[in-house]
Amino acid sequence: MSEIKKFMYLNRRAPYGTIYAWESLEVVLIGAAFEQDVSLAFVDDGVYQIMKGQDTAEVGMKNFSPTYSALGDYEVTKLYVEKESLEERGLTIDDLMDLKWEDEDEDWAEKDSIILVSREELSQAMSEQDVVFSF
Amino acid sequence: MKFAIQINEGPYQHQASDTAYFFTKAALEKGHEVFRVFFYHDGVGNSTRLTTPPQDDRNIVNRWAELAEQYKLDMVVCVAAAQRRGIVDNGEAGRNGKDATNIHPAFRISGLGQLVEAAIQSERLLVFGD
Repeated sequence: MSEIKKFMYLNRRAPYGTIYAWESLEVVLIGAAFEQDVSLAFVDDGVYQIMKGQDTAEVGMKNFSPTYSALGDYEVTKLYVEKESLEERGLTIDDLMDLKWEDEDEDWAEKDSIILVSREELSQAMSEQDVVFSF
Repeated sequence: MKFAIQINEGPYQHQASDTAYFFTKAALEKGHEVFRVFFYHDGVGNSTRLTTPPQDDRNIVNRWAELAEQYKLDMVVCVAAAQRRGIVDNGEAGRNGKDATNIHPAFRISGLGQLVEAAIQSERLLVFGD
């Protein structure tokens, strides 16, 4: 498959109330093998998916949040987070995991995966996609 | 136009499968191509042949199967989502030591790569769900 498409995975829901977040991540991991131009976006309650310090012991569910830290190794390096969604929930970027990727072209320099964007900027980014998977 | 269809919700509980069905049927009748229909999340529940709705209601599973038969539709059920929710074919029953199967023969169980491939190969991916 020679054609490279722009893929965005749009994550809109909190991580444990429903399975959408976890099964979205499963598509991202499988999809990485197809070498498309991939980004993730976190909006609405979706921003809770990448909160730091998640502890699921009391709800008896698997804590899958460490998987987000591995995305860089799958060459998934663009994680858009909508600023307004954070603000509406009283959160800042400091409440999120410190997600990094290593840039092969710059001697494996560590770079931030999280890109803070406004609602308008995200809307623009979405309109540039070929495919938006909505979860 | 070449479409890929993704259905994220189970039958009856949610309208997603109905709406996807009507869209898919209309698109095919207009001469468009549907590359694949992919069932994900609780959407895998649309594929069990054991579904028995009341007689005066639509049979969502059979309706999909009839459309697939008529247009040679490729209807794929995600294997990981199916395993979680007890949707089983012969292969899965053998691999996982299950004593029964329930998938309708119009559907096939396969991996998430089929969804990604469908998105790449089609001009539009339509996602039906909440």
